[in-house]
Amino acid sequence: MPDEPEAPAGSSGQDDPARRVRIPVTSIRADAPQFQIAAKNPRRAELVASSGFLLAAAGFAGFGAAYWQNYSNFWLALTFSVGFAGLGYGMVVWGRYLMPRGPFSESRHSLVPTTAQREAFVQDFASRGKVAVERRGFLVKTLGFASGILGVVLAFPLLRSLGPLPGKTLRQTAWRRGSYLVDITGRKIKTGDLEVGGFITVFPETDIGGAYSQTMLIRVDPPPASGYLTPPPQFAKQRKTWAPQGYIAFSKVCTHAGCPVGLYEELTKQMLCPCHQSLFDVTDAAIPIFGPAPRPLPQLPLYIDDEGYFRAQDGYDEPVGPGYWERGND
Amino acid sequence: MIDALFNWFDERLGISGSGRKMLNKIFPDHWSFLIGEIALYSFIVLLGTGVFLTLYFVPSSKDVIYEGSYAPLRGQPVSEAFASTLNLSFAVRGGLLMRQMHHWAANIFVGSIVVHMLRIFFTGAFRKPRELNWIVGSTLLILAIFNGFLGYSLPDDLVSGTGIRISFSIVESIPLIGSYAAFFLFGGNFPGNSIIPRFFILHVLILPAVIVGLLGAHLGMLVRQKHTQFPGRGNTPRNVVGAPLWPTFAAKTTGFMCLTVAVTGVLSALFQINPVWLYGPYVPYKVSYAVQPDWYMGWLDGALRIMPSWEIVGFGHMIPNVFFPAILLPGITFGVLQAWPFIEARITHDHAEHQILDRPRDRPKRTAFGAAVFSFYFVLFGASATDVLANYLSISLNVVLTSFRFLAIAVPLIVFPVTYRICKEMQRVPTAGKRKRANVVLRSTEGGYTTVRAEERPGDAIPRVDPLPLDEEIEFVPVMAGVLVAGDGSGEEPEPGSPAESQTSRPRGGIFRIPRVYR
Repeated sequence: MPDEPEAPAGSSGQDDPARRVRIPVTSIRADAPQFQIAAKNPRRAELVASSGFLLAAAGFAGFGAAYWQNYSNFWLALTFSVGFAGLGYGMVVWGRYLMPRGPFSESRHSLVPTTAQREAFVQDFASRGKVAVERRGFLVKTLGFASGILGVVLAFPLLRSLGPLPGKTLRQTAWRRGSYLVDITGRKIKTGDLEVGGFITVFPETDIGGAYSQTMLIRVDPPPASGYLTPPPQFAKQRKTWAPQGYIAFSKVCTHAGCPVGLYEELTKQMLCPCHQSLFDVTDAAIPIFGPAPRPLPQLPLYIDDEGYFRAQDGYDEPVGPGYWERGND
Repeated sequence: MIDALFNWFDERLGISGSGRKMLNKIFPDHWSFLIGEIALYSFIVLLGTGVFLTLYFVPSSKDVIYEGSYAPLRGQPVSEAFASTLNLSFAVRGGLLMRQMHHWAANIFVGSIVVHMLRIFFTGAFRKPRELNWIVGSTLLILAIFNGFLGYSLPDDLVSGTGIRISFSIVESIPLIGSYAAFFLFGGNFPGNSIIPRFFILHVLILPAVIVGLLGAHLGMLVRQKHTQFPGRGNTPRNVVGAPLWPTFAAKTTGFMCLTVAVTGVLSALFQINPVWLYGPYVPYKVSYAVQPDWYMGWLDGALRIMPSWEIVGFGHMIPNVFFPAILLPGITFGVLQAWPFIEARITHDHAEHQILDRPRDRPKRTAFGAAVFSFYFVLFGASATDVLANYLSISLNVVLTSFRFLAIAVPLIVFPVTYRICKEMQRVPTAGKRKRANVVLRSTEGGYTTVRAEERPGDAIPRVDPLPLDEEIEFVPVMAGVLVAGDGSGEEPEPGSPAESQTSRPRGGIFRIPRVYR
């Protein structure tokens, strides 16, 4: 606050001739319109406000009773609200109708200091500062040096310890050559476990329930004659044997924002991510055909071993999930 | 007894001097000034209910078997966070009330901040000297949004867990530092075991502490710079007209606080919010349909949805798709928001101090720009419901999504000229928006017609009078208790033309004070 008189008013405040403008003792008449209350009928306003408070009393008492009797949330919340509503209503009526209606004003002084004030401040700041700081350049430098080291050293416990470095974890899932495809209970998936058009979420045995290794195994209808689902032309050679007997597996982590691509529509053979509605075409290497997803879902190469169990030919050949700076072209 | 106590403190802390100034602080009477109060009071509700919740919530992602009173989930493996959320909702008396009030109050908190900010924007209250308070306020908005997100993520349910997964991808998408930032923030790769405890400490300690500090700065600056006010009778740049803190404003605002609590309570009684037991616990490979975040995150979710599937790849690096809607867009949004007072001053070359508010219509360009920008975010907000809309209207998702992409560009382009036009039209009608007294037409027995004004309504009954200055440097004379006080003060000369001058006697006096006879 600007210039608050510390001493009681009447000593310093009035001794300052600049500030002393004597105003004749005037009585603010009790009938000045600003002091009148807004209510035409104060008794009635009082009645209204007090009934608000009585309602509040009833509400709070009801809350106590509801709590004691272990009533449902509805009654607890309702009595509680009635209490506060009554209280608030009474207060507002009181303030609105039974207090001086105003308007009143206070004056506003510019906070911008006078040139003299500012110069005095700068003078004090600079003159003391010159002696204390500017002449001690060496001290300033050594202090800066020490603080710098402190900052660097602090960055380690404060920042580096917060988590491990990403390393390979974003590039690699737990899928390895020969991993069995198991469901969430750990049961190995066999041919015939899925109906035509069916799908199931599978994991490698080492990472059941894993956020990155979750994979969608789909049995596409109709099963192809060749034994393998035909990949689209750009993958004709590479993915020729990845989908044996009409079974095909894609990473379930959306390439957009990482949600599980949880919905498979049998009729159109499309996978939908319920978060932002990206749509992937299962018959076309899970290329996104709609929505914000920028890349196809990586495909897991499958084979069926001699006992009829599904296994991975290898891990994913690209990072699964959403993009990040280091991902680049791999 | 009270007098003695007051004396004791006054002699040690010197309350009377600055305290009186505080008692006489003037709060302008305008409904739009209440919106900020809603924000303040819902924050108080948040603190109160939040403290209650911390007594029962266990911030841990450790797996436990749920054995509580909610039968459908009994025997299922859930995290401790999820189990304790269910327990404090079902087993703790009043726990569900506190939880629901906490969540509703959070929604109201962010909502009232946004509306408050719109008021400040459209009336030009952010101009010099209040740029700093605008920055503090917009920082509070950002923090409120963040803390809301952290808060609804804590129960570790299926919907919020999906939200955390998305936020991991968003942090990961930041160029250069993204994957490191994500790993440091989340304590390793998603999901890990650190998210819940970290979010918890951010949510209940760090961010609230910053919010409380900034709130103090916000209000402190408001007291120091005093309120802005609309143009009106007796309102000048050199005064503030309204009701004094004591007792009128104190009574009204306390009442208003109680009403805010009451509304939050009624919402908690009637409308269930975030029933996590219906969503189930979070598991990374599950997801539910119609996943929508809380409303204040809606514009981000909508932006994620309608963003075309672009991604920049080259030189062995990638700028992922989510970077554009979820990092760049909020970055620009909050950046422009924070810098707005300076941007506008640069455009208008207006560097003068402003204590009197603009009527939105008098600044048609600013108003039109604000409305257009706001409509853009409103479209994004709508876009976060593409799936629900497609389902509800039984039209294809593709159509809905394409429409929203189109609307996001078209709507602001339409809103700008329309708003501009409305402002211009309103300027020409001086009484637009003013409340009119009705006229009653009477027919006499002779068949003649006369018009009389309708009976006064409560607000009309008050004669319009000039404001009475409660000035700062006044010395009081002893008075009889109970009689309104005579003023004897020294103060500055009134401004030429100010209302004080027009009055014959110059009444100056604080009316609400402890008379000297008591001291």
